[in-house]
Amino acid sequence: MDKVFKALADPGRRLLLDRLYATNGQTLGQLCEGMDMTRQAVAKHLAVLEEANLVVVLWHGREKLHYLNPVPIHEIAERWIGKFERGRLRVLAELKKRLQGETDG
Amino acid sequence: MAESRFVYVTYIRTTPEKLWRALLDPEFTRRYWCETHQESEWKPGASWRIMAPDGTVCDSGEIIEIEPHRRLVLTWRNEFRPELRPEGYSRLTYELEPQGNAVKLTLIHEIDKPDSKLIQAVSGGWPAILASLKSLLETGESLEATRRWPAGGCKK
Repeated sequence: MDKVFKALADPGRRLLLDRLYATNGQTLGQLCEGMDMTRQAVAKHLAVLEEANLVVVLWHGREKLHYLNPVPIHEIAERWIGKFERGRLRVLAELKKRLQGETDG
Repeated sequence: MAESRFVYVTYIRTTPEKLWRALLDPEFTRRYWCETHQESEWKPGASWRIMAPDGTVCDSGEIIEIEPHRRLVLTWRNEFRPELRPEGYSRLTYELEPQGNAVKLTLIHEIDKPDSKLIQAVSGGWPAILASLKSLLETGESLEATRRWPAGGCKK
């Protein structure tokens, strides 16, 4: 999970993920279009994303296509966001119980 | 883009044999795939379908390639959603590769048409089902959202 957070810590890489979310399965050339970065920089960012399993590369004929892999983000949601959300719900449930207890008494 | 494609790569702490069984065996799929099971003779050219507990055929197709514990390719057409069925046959590929004490599972669901509603629909269903499969194999328990039919995680 360290690799995922490190990969997500860069705005350029997040932008690449957003662009794959909008249009999945792009070549390096397509991803370079409109990016304020050199081709080498984009390739380097994609390698970091691939290493973190956030991006998956598939060869389609002679084209190397990049796909967004939803797994690590889903795991973050489960492991981090879900956990804190559950905590918040528990607090609310306890509050409700206490308030109801007061009216009962 | 002349095609639509969903790609999912996950690492599951299990063996290729167990994962293979979990992908095919009704006893397993019912637990993480919303009580559904598949019917097939599991050989090239054999028909294949996925059934809801009430007997509805959800999706159907044909086995294209099967290499036990390694690779399975099949065609897949939605059978129960009128807006998806006309798109015809898509293609589903599972690839299993052992990696240390885990198995890398790659799932590719694709169709030769742009902006496919079917691929859009399965893109919402697969993450829940596959996360549940991983959870079942690693902890012995599937995820609650995928245990019943019909369920939020199974909108396909």
